[in-house]
Amino acid sequence: MVINVKKIAAEQVGKTKSLTLIQAINDGLKTALADDENTLLLGEDIGVNGGVFRATDGLQAQFGEKRVVDTPLSEAGFVGAAVGMALNGLRPVVEIQFLGFIYPAYEQIATHVTRTRSRTMGHYHLPMVIRAPYGAGVRSPEIHSDSVEALFTHLPGIKVVCPSNAYDAKGLLLAAIEDPDPVLFLEPMRLYRGERMDVPLEKYTVEIGKGEQIGTGEDVTVLAWGAMMPIVQTAVEEMKEQSITCDVIDLRTLYPLDKEIIARSVQKTGRVVIVHEAHATGGVGSEITSIINDTSFLYLKAPIERVTGFDVPVPLFSLENEYLPTPKRVKDAIQKVIDF
Amino acid sequence: MKEKYPLLEIIDKTGKLVPNAYEIEITEEEVKRFYYHMIRLRIYDRKGRALQRQGRIGTYVPFEGQEASQVGSALALQSDDWMFPTYRDHGATLTFGADLDRLLLHWNGRVEGCVPSKEKNIFPAAIPIATQLPHATGAAMAETYKGTKNVSIAYFGDGATSEGDFHEGLNIASVFKAPVVFFNQNNGFAISVPIEKQMNSETIAQKAEAYGIPGVRVDGQDVFAVHFAVTEAFERARRGEGPTLIEAVTWRFGAHTTADDPSKYRDQEKSEQMRDDLDPLLRLERFMKNNEMWEEEWITRIKQEIEHELDEAIARMEAYEKPNPADMFDYVFEEPTWTIAEQKEMLRRSVK
Repeated sequence: MVINVKKIAAEQVGKTKSLTLIQAINDGLKTALADDENTLLLGEDIGVNGGVFRATDGLQAQFGEKRVVDTPLSEAGFVGAAVGMALNGLRPVVEIQFLGFIYPAYEQIATHVTRTRSRTMGHYHLPMVIRAPYGAGVRSPEIHSDSVEALFTHLPGIKVVCPSNAYDAKGLLLAAIEDPDPVLFLEPMRLYRGERMDVPLEKYTVEIGKGEQIGTGEDVTVLAWGAMMPIVQTAVEEMKEQSITCDVIDLRTLYPLDKEIIARSVQKTGRVVIVHEAHATGGVGSEITSIINDTSFLYLKAPIERVTGFDVPVPLFSLENEYLPTPKRVKDAIQKVIDF
Repeated sequence: MKEKYPLLEIIDKTGKLVPNAYEIEITEEEVKRFYYHMIRLRIYDRKGRALQRQGRIGTYVPFEGQEASQVGSALALQSDDWMFPTYRDHGATLTFGADLDRLLLHWNGRVEGCVPSKEKNIFPAAIPIATQLPHATGAAMAETYKGTKNVSIAYFGDGATSEGDFHEGLNIASVFKAPVVFFNQNNGFAISVPIEKQMNSETIAQKAEAYGIPGVRVDGQDVFAVHFAVTEAFERARRGEGPTLIEAVTWRFGAHTTADDPSKYRDQEKSEQMRDDLDPLLRLERFMKNNEMWEEEWITRIKQEIEHELDEAIARMEAYEKPNPADMFDYVFEEPTWTIAEQKEMLRRSVK
């Protein structure tokens, strides 16, 4: 596996901490709570338990029960309550325990979270964040492994972001909390306790809507995000043995997508592989394909390849490795666009 | 359960004070204020139906029969409180201070109609059933968070009690003692489904027991009963004692909406025959006549004023500037995303 190293500005040296992705989220939440007294956290088991993944570990002890609120088991209820809080001047950050548990709240998200600004012509707006761990690969029980970002990128009125590393996790989280509009913050749970990174102690933001080029090559553009990044990087490293080099782009934001970074790379390489663990049909990969069609059609040297989860419910964990994209499948796709 | 949750009534069907119902003093000024708002809603509601029939507005949601419930509750709010209505509660919003012009624009399919007036916290009417209950809970929790004494009220119908959001809203509010009043108007029908098919419980008020909060059942045709029950619940909430569930037993004489034909599911003639007992305006009129508060001259004058107010507002609604397609794009996010900006430009070019 390739370690993703962020360049920390020189003035930050000595002012950073080595954190895992989940620790960076905890640090981001702590920073936000300290920064604005109107920010509060809501969710199941986030108080004394610190969240089932410990994202909120220690925060209730530090900020109190008023700011870090254990809610009843009630996704529609506390997402709905967060709507009422957000339109009344607070900045709620809601934790959904697993993305696969968000479905009861979907009505609130589709009918109110995403629409309140437009249906009141800006009189009310909802500065709220919904955090949710997503994805397979950690041998979770049924429903715990869903990756349904496309259910949300399709809804007008909510931004969708997904960091793949500790630095981006804190920076994107703080950007999401600062954003005047609702943001769905997807957390790749299989990367929670992976590589550590140097993360600035202070408040900083990573701009929503901007991807990042994390590898440079000449032959193929590989587009991915979140939990797929290490898989993509492994595949890309191995392709170097055959003298095939790739631009690797971590999209980081799934709505609105970074059109420029996609077009710039595709117009250079002319060959594209999109990797996501969500189901193929109607996945964000389809939207990326459409952007490439709109911006870079005449630059293409081969049909766009997608490496995705299959159009089946995410299987129980004994088959999750077969469901998930692997470095092998990514390498095959890269080879296919080269051979075309 | 009906014994346990008796119907609170202050003025009976004949317009007489129910003995010992409530220790209150009802001033003539207050009575006239209630009557003014109720007759204003009656005239507005009938005009709304007429405008729809004439094709001058879109689908309209009538509330005739529910004026006492809506006026009695809305007049219990204080200026900084929060109101979370449904699509049938425009009588309550109008009474609380919603802008009449905007309301009419709403029925004419204009988004301007959902924009609250600057002075009052009125969330635009919830269309998905019961979704506003958690909002009212959250807004109330935010008031507690900020340390104010402001409260919120959620309006909902009998059918809404079958939805999950009813339970989730009440449960969360009860756990956190949120200063919110859940104001149910039980008009007996959720579109076509009668209450016996909606729930197996005898009353809606009794559902409060499951949350360990007070449940109150009032005669929704008695504006005083509604007003005092809601006022009392607000006082509890402002004291930090948490939410109350109020069931106002009421009746809608008309259709669910102007797109609905109630004769398909109930006997409308029978409904009209009940008017003598159930029309909240008749009841208040009788009370006023019994207590020498009925002044024909005043009644005629306020009716004329209301007619005039409405006619002027309707004229403004019909003369309102054309909708601007840009409005569709400009309020989705604070800053339009590039997809929205491109699509806005695409539409602009295509309609040029």
